Amino acid sequence: MKNDFVHLQAAHCENGVTTNLLRKAGADKLTEPLSFGIGSGLFFIYIPFLKVNKGPAIAFRTMPGHIFKRTAKSLGISIHRETFRSKEKAEQRLDECIEAGLAVGCQVGVYYLTYFPKEYRFHFNAHNLIIYGREGDEYLVSDPVMESVTTLTKFDLTRVRFAKGAMSPKGQLYYPKENKIVTDEQIREGIKSGIRRNVRDMLHIPGPIAGVSGIVYTANRIRKWRDKLGLKDAGLYLAQLVRMQEEIGTGGGGFRYIYGAFLQEAYAYLPQDELLDISKKFTKSGDLWRNAAVHAAGIYKGRLTTQQDFDLMADQMMAIAALEKDAFQDLKKIKWRS
Amino acid sequence: MEKDKIPQDDGALNKLTREVCYAVDESGNYTTALSTGWEVKAAALGLAWDDIQQRIKDAHDKVVRKEASPVLFFMEWRLMDVPILASYTGFWQWTVKRHLKYDVFQKLSDKKLQKYAEAFDISVNDLKTMNVHEE
Repeated sequence: MKNDFVHLQAAHCENGVTTNLLRKAGADKLTEPLSFGIGSGLFFIYIPFLKVNKGPAIAFRTMPGHIFKRTAKSLGISIHRETFRSKEKAEQRLDECIEAGLAVGCQVGVYYLTYFPKEYRFHFNAHNLIIYGREGDEYLVSDPVMESVTTLTKFDLTRVRFAKGAMSPKGQLYYPKENKIVTDEQIREGIKSGIRRNVRDMLHIPGPIAGVSGIVYTANRIRKWRDKLGLKDAGLYLAQLVRMQEEIGTGGGGFRYIYGAFLQEAYAYLPQDELLDISKKFTKSGDLWRNAAVHAAGIYKGRLTTQQDFDLMADQMMAIAALEKDAFQDLKKIKWRS
Repeated sequence: MEKDKIPQDDGALNKLTREVCYAVDESGNYTTALSTGWEVKAAALGLAWDDIQQRIKDAHDKVVRKEASPVLFFMEWRLMDVPILASYTGFWQWTVKRHLKYDVFQKLSDKKLQKYAEAFDISVNDLKTMNVHEE
């Protein structure tokens, strides 16, 4: 019951699952940066009033599930996605897929994900992995953030598929419905529409909390954190920002680098020099995000304590917002020659 | 970030896997490399865990002082909040909040206690006595 499955490690779980499943469905030239770019993965949002693990709710990426959906659609591969009320049905359906030799993407919660180190097990429900086979009670798992494959027992797998709380997976599984030949022309069109959609998401979403203006909004909130929350909680909030930014599965600084890589790979399909120049801006932005994280660490480790230090953190984010605004405006201006 | 600047510090994830990072090589082309972790990240995670341990301890003391029920303690111990616990047990959020009170908890039916025990993956007896088996 094991198909000829090749594990693929990725920087981000949904990119990895998307790339691997769509490659098998015929998009054999797909890479992680291409999936991320075609799926318009780059984003920023700060959701006020919502708390995650008692800290601010910040995301550096688009909504879970969107990268897979958009990339598959752009490449003309239709997908099947299903959620379940009953655990038995969810188990049965997964077994049927495996019997049929399919590799199946699953959304899971990480709290009871037994192979994760305890330190990483929070109630986060938008992790993605691939089940590619079964041996007795053990399911064969390809988790894209890991270097190699692993296994989960039936009990453990069902438990993570039915994790509860925000974004609960409800046993969700998904896979490409068909095998297709994906042409370079389709990839070219996918790149262009992916960039267009990402420009829209970063520059033109109304309201102050999302896209480039969301970064400015967050910076202005940070200025007030020290007075409003006290030094200890302000430090915890900044630590949460850095974890959302740099941890696997959410890596915001890392996402800027992946987007830079995407633009370089896009150049191979659409040789226009602007892409390479704009790629450099995203590399720079990733660097600035990392510098900001180092500065934040100074605060949450208790080395930096003054209001000036919080202002400096905010200023760094304002610079990032300006740079990303500039980069996306450049992307918007590109006149495609092919 | 240049490839040779990818941090190779210690981190909790290190026990399980190294992670993929995108970075540029000498000629400015993107490539990937593996990282064992980054100290800045490890410190953020460490701080989050210090805070969790403190919250668990505070909850424990509150229950001992009869200011809260063991549901509060196990909720913190399982890193949950009221919405998550409500989602696992099927109770309304306001019901869960009521059950956080010491006096209310003492009168809960076995059926309700069983639901909490299942949500926390512990026995009813452990729930009542605040007995913890470290995993």
